[in-house]
Amino acid sequence: MAGPGTRAGAAHAVLRGVTRIFPPADRGQAPVHALGPLDLDLARGEFFAVVGPSGCGKSTLLEILAGLSAPTEGSVMFEDSAVRGSPPDGVGVVFQEDASFPWLSVWDNVAFGLRRAGIDSAETARRVDHALGFMGLTGFARAYPAQLSGGMRQRVCIARTLVLQPRLILLDEPFGALDQQTRLLMGDELLRLWRDTGATVLLITHALDEAAMLSDRIGVMSARPGRFIDMVATGWPRDRDSTIVSDAAFGEVTARLWSSLRGESLKALGAAP
Amino acid sequence: MTRAGWIRTAIVLGAIAALELVTQAGLVSRHTIIPPTAMAAALWGLIASGEIVPDITKTVSNVAAAFVLSVAGGFVLGLLIHAAPRLRRALDPLLATYYAVPFFVFYPLLIVIFGMSDLPIIVIGFLFGVVAMIIATLNGLDRVPRVALKVARLSRMDPVSIALIIKFPAATPYLFTGIKLAVAYSFIGVIASEFILSGAGLGFAISYAYNNFDTPKMYALMLFILVSVTAVNMVLHTIEQRMLRRRGLAR
Repeated sequence: MAGPGTRAGAAHAVLRGVTRIFPPADRGQAPVHALGPLDLDLARGEFFAVVGPSGCGKSTLLEILAGLSAPTEGSVMFEDSAVRGSPPDGVGVVFQEDASFPWLSVWDNVAFGLRRAGIDSAETARRVDHALGFMGLTGFARAYPAQLSGGMRQRVCIARTLVLQPRLILLDEPFGALDQQTRLLMGDELLRLWRDTGATVLLITHALDEAAMLSDRIGVMSARPGRFIDMVATGWPRDRDSTIVSDAAFGEVTARLWSSLRGESLKALGAAP
Repeated sequence: MTRAGWIRTAIVLGAIAALELVTQAGLVSRHTIIPPTAMAAALWGLIASGEIVPDITKTVSNVAAAFVLSVAGGFVLGLLIHAAPRLRRALDPLLATYYAVPFFVFYPLLIVIFGMSDLPIIVIGFLFGVVAMIIATLNGLDRVPRVALKVARLSRMDPVSIALIIKFPAATPYLFTGIKLAVAYSFIGVIASEFILSGAGLGFAISYAYNNFDTPKMYALMLFILVSVTAVNMVLHTIEQRMLRRRGLAR
């Protein structure tokens, strides 16, 4: 079974026939078919973005890959072991909502996962200080999230994921709540992080330019139930940054994404394509 | 101090000064009420002589026991009820109407069960406080962000760690409402019980002074209770404000 999301070669994460159907909330209602069936192969070290109309099951896809929820049908493999409704080791998630803990200082927020994993305090301190430096938060280590801007709080959450040295990083519209300039700069930071860690990245976004600027490959999803209807390879060099938005090829990529997505977005709005 | 704080202090001091004037001028009989300065002097005498220290110790330890049981019990019961939505729907009307029941009617029953000891007093204080804490806990748990629980699952935390390390601190601003009510209800439950079913404690001492026309002692003890309840509430308020400021929620 070779759908548009599969490719040859050793894959880091593999989804086959993944489907999610939510049971009806009340008696008399129909079950909601949110996702799939959908196939996807993520190559090791790849930067992959998912774009799609609102409500198409993008976040459901991420939760299934993260092991936060189980697919109704189909299988998920990460590093050759099956993932089924329980988070595998080596996967980090950054959520759209502010997931920082308001009762912990920035330093303690970033150290949270390391302490839960029982990493010794010297190693925890080393990794936290490094991640804070990397994310430009060193001067805010003792601050509380409420004292920071939305963009800085999201950087705290990214640092908290980063210190655990995940091999697969899943980001669910992480810059959705930020202004356009901050988003571009955060995009640069994300590319730097991706290059430095060598991790595989799956980014969910509704911003076509963000997907086009950051990714090696972009999966375009249909309206619900979400399936891949197009795969766009960007062909960017690995050491790219946000200045790529002025490249002529950038316009071609976003144009193709929009032509694939326009009809689906209209469907999601309830209009005829 | 803020402007509102100054006005508040002025109102309280003004009321005390007015009472002092009215009583000193003889407008009210000294058998009915004594001047605040006389109350303070009488209280100082009671404390200096050590006469009421056993009563204070008894009341404070009973209030502390009722308070700790209400807060810990209310939090645990709140967690359990929150985890069982069907049970919660069944209990909701009972929790909502709980404070319509005058528990003091149960005091003969409590004496039959626990005997004439501190236990029925602590139980009444606990019964008063626990439901306020359950309601505050349910309210707080409803507001724990779902994303915080997802982070907990990604860290592969067990349910007990999630309750103590994520849910408890996330719900703290709401739990504080329950904690403050639990303090107030513990004081009310314990002191009122001491009036009727005890041979010791501040409630008993006030009632004893009243029955023996010992007006200065009665007012001294009332003053002591007022001052201590205010002090406890001020400490709680300070802690709460510091926590709220840290989270950017302070008024």
